[in-house]
Amino acid sequence: MAVIRDVMPAFDLLQPSSAAEAQQLLEQNGADAWVMAGGLDSFDWLKDRIKKPKVLVDLSGVDELRGIRANEAGVEIGAMTTLTEIANHPEIKKNYGVLADAVSVVASPQIRNQGTLGGNISQDVRCWYYRGGWPCYRAGGNLCYADTPVGRNREHAIFGANRCVAVHPSDSVPALIVLDAKLVVQTAKGERVVDAEDYFVGPEIDITRINMLRPGDLLTAIRIPNTWAGAKFYFEKVRDRNVWDFPLMNVASAIKLSGGGSIDAIRLAVNAASPRPMRLKAVEDAVRGKPANAETGEMAGKMAVAGAVPLQFNAYKIPLMRNLVKRSIVGVQPPQQARNGLAGGPGGQEAA
Amino acid sequence: MSFLQWATSPWGQSVPIHIAWTLIWIAVIAGFCFMVMHALYLIIVKPPKRFAEQKSEAAAAGVPDRVPRHTLVARLFHWVMASSMLALLITAFLPKIGVQFNWVVYHWIAGLVLTASVLFHIVHASFFLDFWSIWPDKTDLVDAKNRVLRFFGKDAPPPSKFAKYPLENKLYHGAVMIAGLAVIVTGLFMMKRVETGILVRNPYLFSDMTWGMMYVLHGLAGVGFIALTIMHVYMGLRPEKLPITKSMIFGWMSRDFYLEEHDTARWAVKSTPPDTNRGLAANDGD
Repeated sequence: MAVIRDVMPAFDLLQPSSAAEAQQLLEQNGADAWVMAGGLDSFDWLKDRIKKPKVLVDLSGVDELRGIRANEAGVEIGAMTTLTEIANHPEIKKNYGVLADAVSVVASPQIRNQGTLGGNISQDVRCWYYRGGWPCYRAGGNLCYADTPVGRNREHAIFGANRCVAVHPSDSVPALIVLDAKLVVQTAKGERVVDAEDYFVGPEIDITRINMLRPGDLLTAIRIPNTWAGAKFYFEKVRDRNVWDFPLMNVASAIKLSGGGSIDAIRLAVNAASPRPMRLKAVEDAVRGKPANAETGEMAGKMAVAGAVPLQFNAYKIPLMRNLVKRSIVGVQPPQQARNGLAGGPGGQEAA
Repeated sequence: MSFLQWATSPWGQSVPIHIAWTLIWIAVIAGFCFMVMHALYLIIVKPPKRFAEQKSEAAAAGVPDRVPRHTLVARLFHWVMASSMLALLITAFLPKIGVQFNWVVYHWIAGLVLTASVLFHIVHASFFLDFWSIWPDKTDLVDAKNRVLRFFGKDAPPPSKFAKYPLENKLYHGAVMIAGLAVIVTGLFMMKRVETGILVRNPYLFSDMTWGMMYVLHGLAGVGFIALTIMHVYMGLRPEKLPITKSMIFGWMSRDFYLEEHDTARWAVKSTPPDTNRGLAANDGD
């Protein structure tokens, strides 16, 4: 249990200067090692003495993991690039605006200055029972404390719960999914590139992991192809406080419209609704070829929440998700073109 | 090394949460050790045949070529139970050794199949088969004592032939029964902890300590089944045991094997009217 705060357990601090060295150190130390990017997730765990690694591999000195590099195929973002850098980068803002929008609403400015894209993607779930050190399923125990009759589960999952009901908390991930981003992982066997949506692991597969990283693996870069560059984007995050809060839910869409305003191509993702980020493929298929208007958005919203199973205190997430999905389709149109347009814009005041 | 994993409950109580997963490997090693030791014993010591060739013509007279041993229903039960047990072992332990998949649903479904098959077996064996044939009797115990004495070179009368089941079979059945009941009872309660769509979930049914003990018992019986399964498969594949294994597939064993290994007085094979498909009615005890 978390009884001691602000006094971290002793560990060996390793500070590699290259990605290869970092990966080698992680491989050498296996499950004893903890990889630290910006430290915003790591220090919570360490100060609460819930995670007690023997070795901490600090990536802050690995310059090659930083920076945004545009190329013919798109753009490559180093995993250690800060969220502020991404939010302000002209190429990202111009062609991949959904990512700039998403990372600019992560937590607070100070956190965005320190937090990295790799860390935001790979952070652990924010369930307070789990992070409080309770012996829940995700911590290797045999119970989900949030999914009990009196468990505090207002922020938890309405989809994909399998013993654990915690949700994935990242804001950047839905944007990366709709941009068809590829995550580059260095493993002992070499480089592995996976689609952003396949990077995450649900509790039904492995309840103690949130992503595919195994001991010794290192997320080095995020590659965004130019397939969706310049498309119509929408991102919206709903949270309790408009600064410094995790999402109650967020939504991202990338849409290519025909001249007549119908949807030629679309990618749609939602996070904080399920233990792993959700790409809504069925909804994408259903709305393709239809006009990006309120009627289509309404249909998409209803379809998106089919099969949702609320917990004791989070039934509000169903209308929230329905409306966010609707807005993610209607919201890409200029207001005058969206017949029966929305009353509210991004900000979430009327989303639920 | 600890055999249990402990955690601190929200009330500060130290509670067991499950077995240490290293027990999986200990069970595997135990099963393979049994296999190797038994095989080496047979290869190196070359023990004499258990029973002298003494086929009584009188006893053999009424025995058909194919002696029925397991009814179709009993065989079906055995293979359904074996399949569900294999599914349970795979879904329980592969994820623990790194092969990740969506195992929970398959696990509890296999558990329900096992439970149903065992319930059926209890009724079937109690009312339709010779219930006592699978339990050790006085003769088994005397013979066991004599076999041990003879193994150590002491003077002891030769053991009598087996009834329908050798003592080893009966002891194995007993071990499987205890472990099986443990996993079934604890498993049914554990279904109250997960969403199944069948039971209303109630994680507060027991205290953390009781739940923890239940998980531990489930795990211990589970890893026990790893060793038991390895032993069972090994024995089933041994050349001298193949007639018994085949009888669990085809339902009968040969007249020669029956007479060689079994006491016709303890396991009587009775003729039945020819219009019943079975031809003969064995004293089924499956």
